[in-house]
Amino acid sequence: MSTWIPESASNLAASVDNITLFVTIVSVFFFVLISAVLVGFSIKYRRKSEDQETAYITHNSVIETIWTIIPTILLMVIFAWGWIAFKELRNPPAEAIEVNVIAKQWLWEFEYFTGKKSLNELFVQQNKPVRLIMRSDDVIHSFFVPQFRVKQDILPGSYQQLWFTPTKVGTFDLLCAEYCGSGHSQMLAKVNVLSPEAFARWEKGDELEDGASVAAISVSPAERGKELHSQRGCLACHSIDGKEVIGPTFKNLYGKTEKLADGSSVLVDENYIRESIYEPQAKMVEGYPPTMPSFKGILSEEEVTALVEYIKTLK
Amino acid sequence: MANGVMTQTQYIPYLAQKGLKSWILTTDHKRIGILYLVTISFFFMIAGITALGMRYELMTPELDFFRTATEYNIAFTLHGSLMVFFFIVPGIAASFGNFLIPLMIGARDVAFPRINLLSFWIYLVGTAILLSALAQPADTGWTFYTPYSIQTGTKVIMITLGVFVLGFSSILTGMNFIVTIHKLRAPGMTWARLPLFIWASYATAILQLLATPVVGITLLLLIAERAFDIGFFDPAKGGDPILFQNFFWFYSHPAVYIMVIPAFGIISEIIPVFARKPIFGYKAIAYSSFAIAIISFFVWLHHMFVSGISETAAAIFSFLTMLVAIPTAIKVFNWTATLYKGSIDFHSSMLYALSFIVLFTVGGLTGVYLGALAVDVHLHDTYFIVAHMHYVMIGGTVMGFFGALHFWYQKWFGKVFNELIAKAAWFLIFVGFNVTFFPQFFMGFQGMPRRYATYPEEYISYHSLSTYGSWILGLGILIMTINLLIPLWKKGRPESSNPYGSLSLEWQVPSPPPHENFEEIPTVTDWTYAYGKK
Repeated sequence: MSTWIPESASNLAASVDNITLFVTIVSVFFFVLISAVLVGFSIKYRRKSEDQETAYITHNSVIETIWTIIPTILLMVIFAWGWIAFKELRNPPAEAIEVNVIAKQWLWEFEYFTGKKSLNELFVQQNKPVRLIMRSDDVIHSFFVPQFRVKQDILPGSYQQLWFTPTKVGTFDLLCAEYCGSGHSQMLAKVNVLSPEAFARWEKGDELEDGASVAAISVSPAERGKELHSQRGCLACHSIDGKEVIGPTFKNLYGKTEKLADGSSVLVDENYIRESIYEPQAKMVEGYPPTMPSFKGILSEEEVTALVEYIKTLK
Repeated sequence: MANGVMTQTQYIPYLAQKGLKSWILTTDHKRIGILYLVTISFFFMIAGITALGMRYELMTPELDFFRTATEYNIAFTLHGSLMVFFFIVPGIAASFGNFLIPLMIGARDVAFPRINLLSFWIYLVGTAILLSALAQPADTGWTFYTPYSIQTGTKVIMITLGVFVLGFSSILTGMNFIVTIHKLRAPGMTWARLPLFIWASYATAILQLLATPVVGITLLLLIAERAFDIGFFDPAKGGDPILFQNFFWFYSHPAVYIMVIPAFGIISEIIPVFARKPIFGYKAIAYSSFAIAIISFFVWLHHMFVSGISETAAAIFSFLTMLVAIPTAIKVFNWTATLYKGSIDFHSSMLYALSFIVLFTVGGLTGVYLGALAVDVHLHDTYFIVAHMHYVMIGGTVMGFFGALHFWYQKWFGKVFNELIAKAAWFLIFVGFNVTFFPQFFMGFQGMPRRYATYPEEYISYHSLSTYGSWILGLGILIMTINLLIPLWKKGRPESSNPYGSLSLEWQVPSPPPHENFEEIPTVTDWTYAYGKK
């Protein structure tokens, strides 16, 4: 550990590091200033005799105004800069590759759109943006990769997202950053950033040269969702070809902005679909009858995730 | 500052009466202050020993001192909740607040002496519940985050019930102080002449009164969810885990200022006396305590920037967090400027006050990193937070507390401690504290998460350095404690009732003060800080 900030290995690290550097310069400046003045006064005005002269100074409006305004300006700069970089952290590009992340006591599962799954090892491709759609099966966890400067709590009962573009090939530690019980400090995983060639080989299921484990091929979440769509009766009301039956069609549904019965509107994303399956009447789209039953206790979180993935494929 | 010399025709010190009954049934604010002081010091010791155990465990990456990770998790839960709820929240406000407020404003006692005693009894009930919980402690961390705190197999209810009961003590004390400061000031003790410790205590009391009920309700909901399965916070039962975090921090962020604002007051009392200078910018310091108290109600979401809150909410709360830094910075500048052209005496309490300025500055500046959104994402829940928080809580509050102990020791107990040993202990504490916590900033930057019983190999050098520091810090506190305890069993009284030449009212009465403080209520004619006025 030669430097005070860890290696930067994502597209987001540079802007975070620049702000950190700026705040550090400001902090060191003020710390040195205050300490130097304090020590200087302490030496210069130490009590040498009992009747030492002192000055009767109660306040000085000019100085007090100056030392209120300067920190205020600096703090506003830091706030604005931090916010701008935060917006970048929070808004993934449209072309980002999606990976489902399931955090549970005390392991990490990853599901790729190809159907591959991996345990405690995330595989991503260098220079390709990745968007993680994360859920927890039990308590709150947090996805943290220091070299990427990203962190996001993962909650049970909703999806949280996080994105980054890995810029360096290598293996990085993934740490759980939200206390989750006795296995918390062992809830560790690796992020393997592969070169495009190595990633292609990994996707095909070939053995990697460095011997990293290759996940078993299984049914993709979207395929599983397709099965569920017909098995669990969704098809009766929700078509997949654009026809209006009883409820809205699933075709082109994901990403659409729907007008609700109460006049407001909502973006159809992972959380809205999940909510509509578990609590159909929470946000009713205008023009449809409130007849859908709740699937709470019928469809598991895993099955809902699969349905969401399936709906996304219906373009 | 007061009219006439205070003569005591029949001086009976408040400590004269002996026996258990004279303590548990006392309504004397000075004795109630001592009762609090003893209890909070007891919890400070237990929680401190727990911390030494945690640091010892973290010497090496593997688990070696504790048998299981759960034992380590219980240790940091105990350390956090004892330190926060049983030591530092009541802390200075209940001990020194009780002792000093009536003396400083020229009153014979607080407005409601019997409610004051009731507050202490409630505090004792809370501690009794907590001690009974120690047999089977929780492992949730002092934040009790849901749904973990609902699902864990360890016992959460007793510890939260203890904290819930404590809350009432805090509320009653706050109410009592507000009324006392409004109604019992001596003639001539105008708002503009009040000692800054009184301003600080007033700001703290408002926070206690308004914020504490929220944590009480929150913990009650948590208890209801665990005991009766009512789904407030667990999404599996239709609850919302983020709701808990909102409730919890709505109290616990103002609580940070309940902990530290009284220390601001103490520093503002100690520095002018030993610099023989009026406090610089009296009004700025007084108003900034209130500014901090008010803004502190609107920054709680900065604990949740990565919890999944909206971007807009994050931006608003980052902005407000930056605002709270401004009055804090102003105070630091004012204290430093007070030294200018003074006549500085380095009494042990002054050494604590000066180290407060330096260490609290570090605590404040590192808070700016955490207020900046994108930087917080990286640093959140790492050791950077641990270091920042300890620089504010130990570097700030505890330094203020130790400074107060040394400054008002003669007045409160009527005894004298060894000044040379006190200075040596201060030196060990100052060095030990920095060796313990400064490396943790770097660990945090590197990405070491907090609350880890075991950790990746690469952090070992930081962790072991931090552990060595904790031994120096522990030794310093031990020496300080012994040095302050020994004189209590010795005979003798201080030579002077005002050895440091303070102008504040509490120094104008004998040490220790008589039972009702002032034989005749003094009339105040000038402000408290007129040092060197010509």
